[in-house]
Amino acid sequence: MSIELIDVHKAFGAKRVLTGLSIEVGSGETLSLIGFSGAGKSTILKHVVGLIRPDRGSVRVDGQEVPRLSRAALYDLRRSIGYVFQFAALFDSMTIGDNIAMGLRRDAALSEPEIRERVMDALERVDLPGYDTRFPSELSGGQKKRAGLARAIAFRPRYLLYDEPTSGLDPVTTTTIDRLIRKMQSDLGTTSLVITHDMESAYRISDRIAMLYQGRVVEEGAPDQIRNTRDPIVRGFIEGKPELVEQAEADRARAPTRPAVPRTGEPE
Amino acid sequence: MNWTRPFAIVGAVTLRLLERLGVFAHFSVQAGRAVAGVATWGPLLVSQMRRLGVDSLPISLFISAFTGVVMALQASYTFTGAVPLYFVGTLVGKTMILELGPVLTGLALSGRVGANIAAELGTMRVSEQIDALETMAYDPMAYLVVPRVLSGILMFPIVVVFANLIGVGAGWITAINLLDMSTQEFVKGLQLFYVPFDLTYSLIKSTSFGLVVTLIGCFQGFTASGGAEGVGIATTRAVVIASMLILVLDAFWAAVLLR
Repeated sequence: MSIELIDVHKAFGAKRVLTGLSIEVGSGETLSLIGFSGAGKSTILKHVVGLIRPDRGSVRVDGQEVPRLSRAALYDLRRSIGYVFQFAALFDSMTIGDNIAMGLRRDAALSEPEIRERVMDALERVDLPGYDTRFPSELSGGQKKRAGLARAIAFRPRYLLYDEPTSGLDPVTTTTIDRLIRKMQSDLGTTSLVITHDMESAYRISDRIAMLYQGRVVEEGAPDQIRNTRDPIVRGFIEGKPELVEQAEADRARAPTRPAVPRTGEPE
Repeated sequence: MNWTRPFAIVGAVTLRLLERLGVFAHFSVQAGRAVAGVATWGPLLVSQMRRLGVDSLPISLFISAFTGVVMALQASYTFTGAVPLYFVGTLVGKTMILELGPVLTGLALSGRVGANIAAELGTMRVSEQIDALETMAYDPMAYLVVPRVLSGILMFPIVVVFANLIGVGAGWITAINLLDMSTQEFVKGLQLFYVPFDLTYSLIKSTSFGLVVTLIGCFQGFTASGGAEGVGIATTRAVVIASMLILVLDAFWAAVLLR
């Protein structure tokens, strides 16, 4: 039960977004992927659910090669993956209850009372009991994120993909969402891939953190290892110091072949 | 100035147009295949028929009623002293059924229905709601496109039948109240050159308009990008392209079916 991306390349027109990206999320693990805006983090999640196909490389979920799956097999796989969108992507014309029930209604084995029970359970888990009759426009930003999470967990997925789950939220709501993510992992045992640039959140929720830069992972390791990294680009990112990144880029431009950055904690 | 530049511009525009046509053809084929997903689009069909068809009746009937009034008055003005007045009925009936009923309704609905679809689906695209559908194992073509296009195909002819009736009715009321004509005279003119094929022609045209307006609206919405501005552009394009295609189809059907 793992997610693997091996040497993935993807370009949109002339823009090369992924240039040999390789990551692996082990069973029951939470990996946070950090990186600058526009670095291609959300593109990675879309590869995992087969919304985007790689130009080159391998994308495997549960050992299945996602780009090669038939339509029916891909839909089967998607039923085991919950996707929490950056802006929740709730259907405006439906109540929160119907939003959550929608995915469940694809499962012919579930009766309407069972679906309703699952909806209520999912809303309880994200601390939104009684919100099933409300519309997305009646919810705050944080509540929408939690409703999006409820929709993703309602069909009890084995994998959860989070696209910036805490962006734009106040610190208290951010902590609430972080706790929910940890709770999902402990309660449901899901394998999770989280896209974020909120470092405090990444330290709290992750088993491992990987830094994406120029289309590939430049460093990965446990939260404490990333916190104490010596890589100037990663330090520049996590400490919010653009001068470190600019200096590292200038150094890289002077040295034509930069040695691969080792995993933090590994012998150099 | 480089003399090859105009050729380069024409070439680039042609390539972009061909690329867009290719994407549209692929989209149409996908939509056609998605018709097989009856379990997905079936439950949504009636609500879309109400939204696209029944809710469009007021604007269509409003337009056709006033068109009928003007047609009767202009016919009378043109015929005075030269042509028997009962030909007002002929002109109102023929023109409403063959041309103005379907075309004016099609143009009005390209604004109302086509813009509505493009804006709705465009917003769903840029807010990732269409991606969300996919991740929940729904085929967005079967869920969003098929019920709208089928509703357009089924409901446009029905709306046009009502528009024709109201247009002719408004012409009749105008004739008997403002033109010193009797009902018998108006009906005599109405029946004079009427053939059942007139109605068939009107329905064929309006069915094709329903297909074009909804399919173009769906395509523009599905391919919208870039936030609110992108949705605005998609909406405008949906109305402009559908309106142009309605006029092209109007000429096409006249050339194919009326010769």
